[in-house]
Amino acid sequence: MKLSDVVQIVNGTVLCGQENLEREVRLGFASDLMSDVLTLLADDILLITGLSNNQAIRTAEMSDILQILFVRNKRPTKTMLDLAHEHGITVITTPYSMFRSSGLLFKNGLDPVY
Amino acid sequence: MHVSYEVRAGDFSIAGKVSSTVKGILKQLNLTPAHVKRIIVALYEAEVNVVAHSFGGKIDCDIDSEQVVITVSDTGPGIADLELAMTEGWSTATAEVREMGFGAGMGLSNIRKNTDILKIDTGKGKPTIISMTFRLAEGAEHA
Repeated sequence: MKLSDVVQIVNGTVLCGQENLEREVRLGFASDLMSDVLTLLADDILLITGLSNNQAIRTAEMSDILQILFVRNKRPTKTMLDLAHEHGITVITTPYSMFRSSGLLFKNGLDPVY
Repeated sequence: MHVSYEVRAGDFSIAGKVSSTVKGILKQLNLTPAHVKRIIVALYEAEVNVVAHSFGGKIDCDIDSEQVVITVSDTGPGIADLELAMTEGWSTATAEVREMGFGAGMGLSNIRKNTDILKIDTGKGKPTIISMTFRLAEGAEHA
């Protein structure tokens, strides 16, 4: 699905990377554990997390993940958004929980990594 | 090519900065995306370990056409039981480290999975020196 579909499905707000909403994303991975994210080998992943700190952005950068969905209205800091922008990472926030967001995205065709 | 960087202990605001810089260098040198990813994942885990667990240290990278050798060394306090520390799920991380999304005891095993040769020299009260070799030659792609 396109990132614009993700935004619509989770009633999201795009905080960074508005210009990338036509980008396709194939897989979803929900985790607050960054070491777990670092084990992923697949591409085209949407990271769904409640961990709103610099390491979430850094981990995405290191893992070549180009889109992050922060759940429960987590608001990344300006430093985080600057870092995301620098690395072409689109940042979306949703009022929904990780469970609800993952469920809706799965139901609408976003595949799991495992 | 040799580059060297200092890593400050405890400062999570800049944890990952060295890995980010090295990633830029590796991409400029036209390493394959698969090589870049496994080198950088291992380096980032090691860099976070220095920030989270040590008194501070440094990262040295030696890059040539055959291999990348990265040495991550700190000034202590060392790992008392390395075999235990290599066990997935075992960790001495503080609550602060866990809040950063790490400290689940996966760091060293993630490093091991991504390196071709891994050497760790440590001990209680000693510096820890982690030497990671990544082969770049054709046919040496890591499984």
